Amino acid sequence: MKLRIKFRKFGSLRFIGHLDVMRFFQKAIRRAGIDVKYTTGFSPHQVMSFAAPLGVGLTSNGEYMDIEVNSMGSCQDVMERLNQACVPGIEVISVKVLPEKAGNAMASVAAASYTVRFRKGREPAADMAAVLPGFLAKEHIMVTKETKKGSREVDLRPGIYQLEWRDNAFTMLVDASSGGNIKPVQIIEALLAGCGEGLQENALLITREEVYSHMETEELPHLVPLDEIGFVQ
Amino acid sequence: MNDHLALSDDILMKIEKPERYIGHEVNSVVKDKDQVKVRFAMCFPDVYEIGMSHLGIQILYDMFNTMEDVWCERVYSPWLDLDAIMRRERIPLFALESQDPVKAFDFLGITIQYEMCYTNILQVLDLAQIPLTAEERGEDCPIVIGGGPCTYNPEPLADFFDIFYIGEGETQYRNLIDLYERCREERTGREEFLRRAAKLPGMYVPRFYEVNYNRDGTIQSFAPVEEGIPAVIRKEIEMNVTDTYYPMKPIVPFIKITQDRVVLEIQRGCIRGCRFCQAGQLYRPVRERDAERLKQYALEMLRNTGHEEISLSSLSSSDYSRLPELIDFLIEECRRQHVNISLPSLRIDAFSLDVMSKVQDVKKSSLTFAPEAGSQRLRNVINKGLTEEAILKGSALAFEGGWTRVKLYFMLGLPTETPEDIRGIAELSNKIASVFFETVPKEKRVNGRVQIVASTSFFVPKPFTPFQWAAQCTKEEFLDKAYQTRTAISEQLNQKSIKYNWHEADASVMEGVLARGDRRLSEVIRRVYEKGSFYDAWSEYYDNGRWLETIEECGLSVNFYTHRERPVDEILPWDFIDCGVTKEFLVREWEKARREETSENCKLKCQGCGAARFGGGICFEPRVN
Repeated sequence: MKLRIKFRKFGSLRFIGHLDVMRFFQKAIRRAGIDVKYTTGFSPHQVMSFAAPLGVGLTSNGEYMDIEVNSMGSCQDVMERLNQACVPGIEVISVKVLPEKAGNAMASVAAASYTVRFRKGREPAADMAAVLPGFLAKEHIMVTKETKKGSREVDLRPGIYQLEWRDNAFTMLVDASSGGNIKPVQIIEALLAGCGEGLQENALLITREEVYSHMETEELPHLVPLDEIGFVQ
Repeated sequence: MNDHLALSDDILMKIEKPERYIGHEVNSVVKDKDQVKVRFAMCFPDVYEIGMSHLGIQILYDMFNTMEDVWCERVYSPWLDLDAIMRRERIPLFALESQDPVKAFDFLGITIQYEMCYTNILQVLDLAQIPLTAEERGEDCPIVIGGGPCTYNPEPLADFFDIFYIGEGETQYRNLIDLYERCREERTGREEFLRRAAKLPGMYVPRFYEVNYNRDGTIQSFAPVEEGIPAVIRKEIEMNVTDTYYPMKPIVPFIKITQDRVVLEIQRGCIRGCRFCQAGQLYRPVRERDAERLKQYALEMLRNTGHEEISLSSLSSSDYSRLPELIDFLIEECRRQHVNISLPSLRIDAFSLDVMSKVQDVKKSSLTFAPEAGSQRLRNVINKGLTEEAILKGSALAFEGGWTRVKLYFMLGLPTETPEDIRGIAELSNKIASVFFETVPKEKRVNGRVQIVASTSFFVPKPFTPFQWAAQCTKEEFLDKAYQTRTAISEQLNQKSIKYNWHEADASVMEGVLARGDRRLSEVIRRVYEKGSFYDAWSEYYDNGRWLETIEECGLSVNFYTHRERPVDEILPWDFIDCGVTKEFLVREWEKARREETSENCKLKCQGCGAARFGGGICFEPRVN
């Protein structure tokens, strides 16, 4: 049976890297006494898949991992056990059973939403509300992306599905698929570059709010949170 | 939840592995600081991943935190990137749990596990903004107390510590904390607390002792300067290792550390009496933990940590009397729970090979022997009871079982070593390779060959061993011996199957200076640190030239401490410590070594080492004959 687990990551634990969050859950699942499925072979490991890695320093209200279990009580029971095995800063907020044919968390990711604020004292001079419409009206937003193989030009515009400035914060919904993943910092940098400003070092406070997948049955692209695919048992 | 961190986001985003500094790990203990009377910062002066892997600290952390009036937190050496930032921005070193500055604590306990961490001790004090020397510390400074194996010769560090706790931590800390609380109520002041502490068993307070030197640099006298301060300090020892503290809920770090597993200490001490080995003398007598209790601990610790591996810890696991029973239990349980078992320090025989084939992938793992010396003659000198016959027989069994990789550990520079002994290293490696070709038919050879890795380290004489009087080799002699080994290996028939590794010689010489040094070295350590050295245990940061130059500046000599055979009647810097083993026994063993005579292990025959006075352990069990 496959379970989709949604959790928050906040507070001091924003400094825990992605691989260490995986290690954390491997051990937490064992502490929680969950009957998790193991691969066979000489060094068996838990069947586990994470949706999208979260960068160090970011907090999140919508992280996902899938695990496979041999047996379980209710979803509520799994959630309570896991939370007892967690530390403050990681909190499981939903556990759902996935349909047999559902793709794994990693493969399902299509988009992510973020809230982005400026740190105190590192706000830009320009008025964000004033410059945003012009930015969004552009047909192309070309930025240089540094990769291991060198740098290349990419267009951010098609991957920005939604971008608003309200109460001194950006909310955005952007492409998070493996081919076109956009980081919030890229957008803010491009926006500030348009006003002739640079982004100060470590200026952004970023929270990932949700991770979405395409609902495949719909004819039109339709984004749904990853945990809408499962059901509570 | 305490979300206050000592370091700003800007710093944490800039440095490597910020997880080293934020606390919050599973099973770390957070108390209300207003509800405790004593705050104890427990430090391992090396990087987090190393320090967190140390069992002793986990035991003491657990012990202190079971005391209602004490909150014990952890401190490690910041890595070089953070170190530079903390110095630049004057950020005081903090404890992980509360993130509060260490300088506000009542105690700073430092475990001293190896000589090359001495400069890191100064780094920790310096970053904590605590004066480096005990003399400079005022009433508001924490009491700096040292423990661990290096405190069996604490003299090179004498200037930096208020107290050294000699021996096992389980026994006297409660009394020390009580004394501290009483002195605080009575407002006696720091000096008086230390004076009273010096009268507790196991406590060495260097300021109450004076050393005089002869003109040749040797010690003329060592004595307390006040009435009532003990002249000899006997080590503390926990005789009931079954019913004492053990951390049922060890901390589970976020990052992968060196010892990323449950560790089960099955016994303390070692029956073997290898003459080069300090641990084998310091932790006498052997005391076993009850097997039933260990089984229960294993299950509970696995449940409380979620670790996927468990390891047995002891100096020589094969000598644990109920090992087969314990291992059978673990194999059964661990298979059910998908837990790996790692079994270090097993003697290679039919039993251990059978066990290892059950718990590890034979194709991927290697077999380890530690003959320590290349010839039987030299193995007799060092009392290493491992024969060539046993090694070759064990290898044959292993090759039949499918193993193809063998690791061999040797030491170079042992007392009485000759070129023949060195050649023995190459010849033994070669014979093991021959055994492979004789035992394993051609069609069964995976990849066609056997891989033998011979490694040598350089021998460093240590206090409280029969070799404490021995001369250590110079750097040139060491390197020449490594060269001889390499040449001899290249001349072997099976040389293509043998890989040879050796260590740097510089740090081994300096380790030798510090291991058998006296109080005058405090000045050297301080100056070397002030010139910029720390993380000396990390070869990439070790600056040998700086150490040599500073030793000379201080009017001291490397050869005085290392290259000189000491007469047995010389006053040694650590003579005021009584580790249980008598000097008469060590002299006897030193003489037997030079006659190439071996001594039987504790299980076969009591050698009268003196440890029986502790009234328990192996000394009072029936001999096996």
